Amino acid sequence: MKNIFQKIVAILFLLVSGTLHAQTTEVEMADAFRADGKIYVVVAMVLIILAGFFVYLIRVDRKLSRIEKEQKSSAEKKN
Amino acid sequence: MNLKKHWWKALAIVLLVYVHTVGLLAEVPRLNILNETIRALYFHVPMWFGMVLLYAVSVYYAILCLRKPGQGYDTWSVNFAHTGTLLGILGMITGMLWANYTWGSPWHGDPKQNGAAIALLVYLAYFVLRGSLESEEQKERLSAVYNLFAFAAMVPLIFIIPRLTESVHPGSGGNPGFNAYDLDSRMRLVFYPAVIGWFLVGLWLVNIRVRVQQVNKSNS
Repeated sequence: MKNIFQKIVAILFLLVSGTLHAQTTEVEMADAFRADGKIYVVVAMVLIILAGFFVYLIRVDRKLSRIEKEQKSSAEKKN
Repeated sequence: MNLKKHWWKALAIVLLVYVHTVGLLAEVPRLNILNETIRALYFHVPMWFGMVLLYAVSVYYAILCLRKPGQGYDTWSVNFAHTGTLLGILGMITGMLWANYTWGSPWHGDPKQNGAAIALLVYLAYFVLRGSLESEEQKERLSAVYNLFAFAAMVPLIFIIPRLTESVHPGSGGNPGFNAYDLDSRMRLVFYPAVIGWFLVGLWLVNIRVRVQQVNKSNS
């Protein structure tokens, strides 16, 4: 019985030390940057650029629709 | 804006806002060398996927050009190829930036990188060919045939040859594509919306370019 207990303890110890080892060799990521909340500054900037791009695209699209309409109506007048 | 008619433009905006927010904030697999640059997958790879999709639609219109010449399909075909090339060039530049920090140099001479560069040159030659032809009929017919060959060359250059040789690019030379990153469901949830979003933006740009050319044509 004592033998089995010793084995279980040994296995548990191995598992724990295994996870501890995994933690020390963990891959470096920008965790502090995220914890500071500074990542939101980057997200906000990217979204502003994206918004600017789409607003521009929509305006060009609308302008073009207007020109198409004018062209259509002037073509009808000629006929 | 009429949402019924322009729903796909709204979808493009929604998808890309989602991608640029979640892509930067969500958890990603922790991997050596790649570190945080793994997120470039959400921005670099959709450029290439978008390019291939736009080129595929360009081929579709090229086939329509050959079946029914003179119906205006040529304008669609060339503008799909044009916008596809834009995404391809952006994919190339972002890939070089990524390679600089993960492979060690911007031009690594990797088969995938070389293949993509050759494919882009093949498509640039398509525009040179069009520019060198005077007659509209000839331009439509010849460039449609060339378009078929360009697409047929692009697929093996980007997808097949890099898989047959040694390559460090994920998805090539025996390297798994997504599995290299353990691309689990959380990465797919951002990656596929990015592909669809950029493809829709490509469609939007094509739409605007074609309409501008149609207005110019009926003015002259």
